Parts: sequence; C-alpha cells; structure tokens
Amino acid sequence: MTDAQTTATEGAGSGAGMQISDEVAIQINAMHKWYGQFHVLKDINLTVYRGERIVICGPSGSGKSTMIRCINRLEEHQQGQIIVDGIELTNDIRKIDEIRREVGMVFQHFNLFPHLTVLENCTLAPIWVRKMPKAEAEQAAMHYLERVRIPEQAKKFPGQLSGGQQQRVAIARSLCMNPRIMLFDEPTSALDPEMISEVLDVMVGLAESGMTMLCVTHEMGFARRVANRVIFMDGGEIIEQNEPEEFFNNPQSDRTKLFLSQILAH
Amino acid sequence: MSEQTVEQKYAPGTHPSLPPPVADRGAIKWVRENLFSSPTNIVLTLLSIYLLYAIIPPLVDWMLINSVFDAGSRNECWEKGSGACWAIVVVRFDQFVYGFYPEEERWRVILAFLLLIAALVPILYDKTPFRKLGLVFSGVYPIIAYFLLWGGLGLAHVESAKFGGFMLTLTIGVTGIVASLPLGILLALGRRSDLLILRVICVCFIEFIRGVPLITLLFVASTLLNYFLPPGTYFDLLLRVLIMVTLFSAAYIAEVVRGGLQAIPKGQTEAAQALGLSYWKNMGLIILPQALKISIPGIVNTFIGLYKDTTLVVIIGLLDPIGLSQAVLADSKWQGLSTEIYVFIALFFFVSCFAMSRYSIYLEKKLETGHKR
Repeated sequence: MTDAQTTATEGAGSGAGMQISDEVAIQINAMHKWYGQFHVLKDINLTVYRGERIVICGPSGSGKSTMIRCINRLEEHQQGQIIVDGIELTNDIRKIDEIRREVGMVFQHFNLFPHLTVLENCTLAPIWVRKMPKAEAEQAAMHYLERVRIPEQAKKFPGQLSGGQQQRVAIARSLCMNPRIMLFDEPTSALDPEMISEVLDVMVGLAESGMTMLCVTHEMGFARRVANRVIFMDGGEIIEQNEPEEFFNNPQSDRTKLFLSQILAH
Repeated sequence: MSEQTVEQKYAPGTHPSLPPPVADRGAIKWVRENLFSSPTNIVLTLLSIYLLYAIIPPLVDWMLINSVFDAGSRNECWEKGSGACWAIVVVRFDQFVYGFYPEEERWRVILAFLLLIAALVPILYDKTPFRKLGLVFSGVYPIIAYFLLWGGLGLAHVESAKFGGFMLTLTIGVTGIVASLPLGILLALGRRSDLLILRVICVCFIEFIRGVPLITLLFVASTLLNYFLPPGTYFDLLLRVLIMVTLFSAAYIAEVVRGGLQAIPKGQTEAAQALGLSYWKNMGLIILPQALKISIPGIVNTFIGLYKDTTLVVIIGLLDPIGLSQAVLADSKWQGLSTEIYVFIALFFFVSCFAMSRYSIYLEKKLETGHKR
C-alpha cells in the first residue's frame, strides 16, 4: 500500500487544480457496523486528505455504499470513530446537521424532489438551512446549473428530464450548499449508457476544481482518469488501496485480481 | 384517411418527424365508435335510452311541471297539482336553514356564512389576489365566526340548542374538516415516529377511535361525559359534539395520510437529510407535500363521510335538517310529505359533496408535475 498522500503529478490526467493538501478531511478509525446480526463493516480505517479523489469499488454487498453513507450519518456506525472536518460523528443531532451541511451527496437514483422545479430543488437547502435570501440562492443555483450545463431546464420538473440530466441537477443541488466534501454513491449505475459520460464529465470538472471526492463507482475509466487512490472492498473490509495505475496493473490480493478480471473481461 | 398517409420515402436516418394523421372527428363517427360499435354496445345503448325515457319525463313532471310551490297545507297542494308539494319546503325554508336561531339575529348567520366563503377562497385557490392577507383573515376567521354565531363582544348570546338545520350541518362539517386535517397529519407522523411512547399513544388513539361507531362517541359526548367532569362544570353540548366529530375524522385522516407517507420513497428523506434539513423541514417541505398530494382522494373521501355523518347528531337531540324534518312532519297540516323533504335535504348534501369532489379533482390536476414512475 502506498502512502495515501500522493502528489498532484501522480495519476494520469491530473489537472493543475488537483492539489492534495496534508489537511485531513475525513478520518475513520476502527469503525464497525452491524445490520442486526449481520456484520457489514469490519474495522474500517481510512484517512482522506483535502483534495483527494477516491474511487471505491468492490462486488455488490461488500459494504462500499454503507461506508460512505456512514460519513454523513445516513447510516449509524456502532463502534469506532468517524471524524469529518474535525467534527466527530456522535448522536448529537447538531453535529450531524453541521457535518451534513459540509458534505454533499449524490445518489444512485438521484432522489430529486419531484414536486419542486429544478431551480427549487437547488435553492431549497440554501434558503431553509443556510438562511440565504431567495434571490441570492437562485443566483447561486443558476451558477451551478450552468456549471453542470443544464441552466435552460431550471423551470422544469425533474420528471420531465432524462436520467443524465436529473443526475446533473442532483450534483448541482449538492453544490449549492457549498460542500467541502462530495460523496457519490454509484452515480452512473442507474443511467443509460449514452448518459453516463455527461455525468462523468461533470464529475471530472468537479475533481479538477479541487473538490474532495469519495466515489463508489464501477467506471474504471473514470477511476484511471481522475482518482488519486482506488479502494477495493470485499466482505465489509478494505482489502486493498493504491494509486490507480498500480491498482489496475499490479493488484496485490487474489480477490482484487478476480474482481478486476471480472469487470474488465468484457 | 388515405390522403393523410405518409407516402414519400426518405433515405435511412433522414426521416423527419411528421404530424399524425388527422382523425375523423365527425359526430356520426363518434356515435358509431362509442355507442354502436358492437352488438353488446348496441343493446346497452338502446337499454340506456329506454331507461332514460322511462325515468326522466315522469321525474321532471313530478319535480317541476306538476309541482306546487305555493300552498298553505297538504290538502291545498293536492287541489293545485299532482306533483311534488314543494310548498312545505318554501313555508319552512327559514327553519331548515337556521333551525331555531332567533329571527332578529339571523343576519349574523348570513354574515358568518359570507365571511366563511371569503376565508375559504384564499386557502382553496392559490391565485387569489392578496392571498397572504387573505390567509391571515382565514386564520382569524374561526374566532370571528365563534363570536358571530354564539354571541359575545356586544352581540346577544345564542345558546347551541337554538342551532339547527343547514347552519348546524355547516358548523359541524366545516369545523370537523378544518380541525381534523392537521390533527390527522400529526397523528400519522406520530404513528411513524421513532419515539416509542409517542407512537404507542398515537396507535392506541387511532385504533380506539376507528374501532368505535361515531354514534357511541356522540352518546359519550352527550351523556357520559357529565359523569367524568366535575359537577357544575358547564360544557356546551355542541362543543362536545364538535370535539368528538373532529377526533373521529382525525383518526381516519391519520390512516389515509399514513398511506401517503408510506408511498414516498426512502430516498427522499435521505436526500433531505444529506442536505442538512431537520426532521420538521424534511416533513414540511419534502415529504408531506408529496404524501398529501397522493392522499387527496382518500382525504376528501373522509371529509365527505364526515360531512354526511353530521346527520347522526339527531340521535342526541340536535336539530340538523333530518331532525327538523321530524318536527315539520309532525305538523298535522303537512303530514306524509316526507319524500319532498328528504329529496330537498338530499339535494343540499349532494351539491356540497359534489363540490368537494370536483375541488379534489381540480387540486390533483393542478399538483401534477409529471413524475409518475
């Protein structure tokens, strides 16, 4: 395993903006989680530095989604420590809310609010959580909608957009809260093939702007292009982590080799 | 039609999108397709025509052509025409509307009714001019209506026992509807709460109220409650009825709303949480707007049921239109005219309930945002 702190020159396609600082963004220590009797996450230890782009992969049921959902407390961990932005996640609801404001999340099924327009989806949290004036929130929302290249759809309802457009709106909605960390939970796996690239393009742009990103995905092209670290999980454990070139060309464990051979075979 | 078919050929990949062929919209075609498309359909159409022929003319005859609006007694009606004797409704109209509300104070009921309409418009139509101001008025309307109907603030006191007729129906119905919706929503949220004690209380309340007939609750309100209250406490009978009707309908609303809440995918709450929205903001801004929209047919169904159930108060001695009709029919001059009276009352209820039903359809259409999955 290499040092998690890679430099900006490492990893193919790293832009000038992709600087990794030595400031810790997320620290997970000896974290365990159970669903009832089922031990989903076993002794997870992970340090994420500000500006890192981490891709998490692994077979389904390996706990990768659960792990990133623990980071903004959509799932509760039972043992160990999660520290996000210097704040430890406990049952204290105020701390949870504080962390959620700083951590954006993009879901597999977009989870846009279908009764609100695209613009309202984006301004809701800034207005009600950040107490931003409506005009200012709308201006910021339009800025991010332009960034995901979809400003002309602002007045439409999510149900009138294609899957790729919806996912881009979901990314813009998260960005409107000005998060310091973005979590992606299989953002492209519910999309038709021709829509995947429009979403990935937005995510590449985001990575280039220096956003700290944790991304559960099976898009290995994206991992090679953007990630500075790839994590492989299986059976609730982190099996292996490495920079992308090393990870794909020289996997260490047998399980990683098997997994890679299966997803890269066709 | 043949001249509409696409005949021109295009190279692959260059075929333009063309308008669909213009359908033949002639009336004859419509009749042929909808009324005489198959032997079964022909039989059904002819049968319907015959039934309409058998029912409508005699009904119109009875209700309008041969009916009598102006008479002093049933015998006079018989002399004047063979149809319905609406004279009884005309003579007793005021009583059907106001019950025994004192005549010189009836302007207060009319004013309360007009203000009720003014209070409902901003709630029901979101394009009302000055809606925010209107909603403030809607908020204070219950206080205004209380003083107008029962008296106080310089207006003469009118006791609940004088209330009757359609004004009583409206008082109970509107109060029950307005008060049971928020209460029902809170009960539904409580039933789905993570807090065990709160959940148990809500479940017990809902199951108890739903498991008991409304008549029993009304009896409890009118008689049993006196045993529980300290002696000498005066607790208006109508007020007790209003509370019972509200609680009864709230239990039903709670279950309808719970159904709506369960239909909202978990991802909606997760997305709201991930954005940092608190429980109440999540409920108020994300979950309830969607859940209530799905629940509209069920909620309006419950409201219509409540509205018609107001006639049950006759059993504990309140004089709603049905109760009044007993009193009217006891008058020897008008004996045996129950059909006319019941048709008249039915018409009133039908108009009110049909209006509610149409409004619910309007609301559903308005809230449609094209996200059926």
